[in-house]
Amino acid sequence: MPLLLTEEQEMLRRSATDFLADRASLVQFRVWRERTHEQAFDPELWREIVGMGWPGIAMSESQGGAGLGFAGLGIVLEQLGRHLSITPMNSTVLSAATTIQLLGSAQEQATLLPQIIEGSLTFSLAWDERSHFDPFRVATAARSTAGGWLLNGCKRGIADLSSVDQFLVVCRLTGEAGDREGLGVFIVARHAARLRIEVTPMVDGRNCGEIVLDGVELSAEALLGGGVASAAVLERLADIINAGLAAELLGISEETFSRTLRYLKERSQFGKLIGSYQALQHRAANWFVELQLARSLVQEALLALDAEPGSPLAKQRSALASMAKAKASQVAELATNEAIQMHGGIGMTDAHDIGLYIKRARTLEQAFGDQSYHLDRLASLAGY
Amino acid sequence: MQELDVFRADARHWLEANCPPSLHGAAVSIGDLYTGGRNPKPLHPDQPAWCAAMASRGWTVPEWPAEYGGGGLSREQSAVLREEMRRLGAPSPLFSFGISMLGPVLLRFGSEAQKRRFLPEIVRGEIRWCQGYSEPNSGSDLASLITRAEDRGDHYLVNGQKIWTSYGDEADWMFCLVRTNMSVPKHEGISFVLFDMRTSGVTARPIKLISGASPFCEVFFENVRVEKAHRVGEEGQGWAIATYLLSHEREMISGLGSQINGKALAQRALEIFGSDVDGKLRNGALRHSLARFELDSVAFRITLAQAARARNAADLGAMASAVKYFGTELNKRRNELHLDIEGATALQWDARGPAGEAWASDWLRSKGNSIEGGTSEIQLNIIAKRALGL
Repeated sequence: MPLLLTEEQEMLRRSATDFLADRASLVQFRVWRERTHEQAFDPELWREIVGMGWPGIAMSESQGGAGLGFAGLGIVLEQLGRHLSITPMNSTVLSAATTIQLLGSAQEQATLLPQIIEGSLTFSLAWDERSHFDPFRVATAARSTAGGWLLNGCKRGIADLSSVDQFLVVCRLTGEAGDREGLGVFIVARHAARLRIEVTPMVDGRNCGEIVLDGVELSAEALLGGGVASAAVLERLADIINAGLAAELLGISEETFSRTLRYLKERSQFGKLIGSYQALQHRAANWFVELQLARSLVQEALLALDAEPGSPLAKQRSALASMAKAKASQVAELATNEAIQMHGGIGMTDAHDIGLYIKRARTLEQAFGDQSYHLDRLASLAGY
Repeated sequence: MQELDVFRADARHWLEANCPPSLHGAAVSIGDLYTGGRNPKPLHPDQPAWCAAMASRGWTVPEWPAEYGGGGLSREQSAVLREEMRRLGAPSPLFSFGISMLGPVLLRFGSEAQKRRFLPEIVRGEIRWCQGYSEPNSGSDLASLITRAEDRGDHYLVNGQKIWTSYGDEADWMFCLVRTNMSVPKHEGISFVLFDMRTSGVTARPIKLISGASPFCEVFFENVRVEKAHRVGEEGQGWAIATYLLSHEREMISGLGSQINGKALAQRALEIFGSDVDGKLRNGALRHSLARFELDSVAFRITLAQAARARNAADLGAMASAVKYFGTELNKRRNELHLDIEGATALQWDARGPAGEAWASDWLRSKGNSIEGGTSEIQLNIIAKRALGL
């Protein structure tokens, strides 16, 4: 049951997967995970990706993008999941470019988006302060001063920490941690004075960590859009990011499935291919069905992001984003657990590739809300 | 596009003029739809007239060819017709195994004479069909069936027994799998035949299930005469026809899941358990189960829609199995959730839900969903074989 793609989308999918298989797959991953503390990603790879126009896929043609919408970006993100590719697509494109599009003034967009498209500026979104995503539980304070702003607080879980040029920092302008309103997003350069950067190595081998803002002074223009970010816009931002992460999770589930299926047809025990045993056949078939369901929700959530504002599909955006992230997480858990179990002992070794996917799957699941977060949100959105 | 608009205007006008107002908007579950037949039992006095009106345009089966009484509509026109029926609140005029099961088989495998005789009757709802497939010792292993059809020149003499025949006691004719050759491998000796249930030697007996009364019957054959002219396809082609038909049946059964609405369940739960200051249901575990159920039912609905669009894909069989597997398991989950929400009340035989649903017998009946039409385990076998190549 293939995802129904348009011809244009199918071309994008094929070119993305061919490129990544060659330039950013498991071989490169193994090299890069050893050196994540100096650099988050390979700048040469990023230049090549920029050359293919990926940073602008979801942006409109008037913004200099390809106009393929989030459905188009989702296709690329899914392929990143398949190949465990290390790129700043999540940090700079999915998260930061979207933040700038949703919150930036016309002038900020006109200045910053072209730099993202041409690859001269990379960003990472600094939102989390705790071990669980909680969008409004932000304590990092932005105090208005005579010349601009003074920032104090600590942010964690920041992707591509060692390499990005600037951080987009979600801060509290008014109220208390937990209030839905009163937040704003600041642009903070990585070399800002009184900004401390600490890498926290994670299981997925990616570069990630914390920033401590210990009285960072910013000019008045550092506040994106010049004012507070409404709760509704921040929810929309998180919905977009979660739908994108769900696409990457789907890619992991697809890839582990096809690798495991291949293994079931190669490995023999008791004189028979292990794929001939019904105990494994039924688990593989159930996995296949769950994959289709995850795929359906991810696709629908991406379509909802691109849907005409006010249309029935657009109104389902938040519910679909949470469903897609929850389902993609659940299926990625199933996929990566089953992949290891069905590979047996070899699946536990670091030398074998199959065990690499589970680590990425879990960090993706935790980012911007895990299954229980999104199920809880879904129930609340539905009024129970 | 313009043609479609003309069709829509015509359909809307005609439906408004011909659908009896008494039937508008009547929430009808599949079990309450008009089933036609020689001795129709309409649940509403206007159902037969509505069926006859729709049949006069072939719209009981909009996409069948007009030469056999169908509507001759394109898929797009048929979708427009459905939309217009929904808009008016017009119920489906006829529900029958003739439409959902036998018709597709006749269109693909039937002789010209068979199509001309049986298809128009199905369109008009004149003959009610039942399916003779399972036997006491041939459930999942359907191809092992032993109901014997002995060659008597121009006819067969059939002896044996079928089980799980839905509406076997009410149907007019049966489409039936019989063994015409004992000396070839089991899949090759089966034929697909049609006969009148009034034929001498046919006896149907209802089966009572754990859920109470049921439409299922045992049907016994003792020297039943079946004309060879009523064999569909070649002798020995029965298994190919049976599997083709089963894929239609699976899609129909899995449709059960598509009507599932997680929000209605949550509404009941809120009435019974109440909510806290944040509006959250006062039972965290149940709330979690409801959210998971809602998510899976939405995922299933979208997958069904995609499956329908990809109908021409080569892996139709695996698709039908995937949908049947998940849809029926989902329906079982829904029924268990009803019990969780309603508690002991749901186990009272006579308790009824807000929409008149019989919780206890519905719940018990749902256990059969993952058995009938091929068990969940058989579906997983089919997926493993056809889609995964294992």
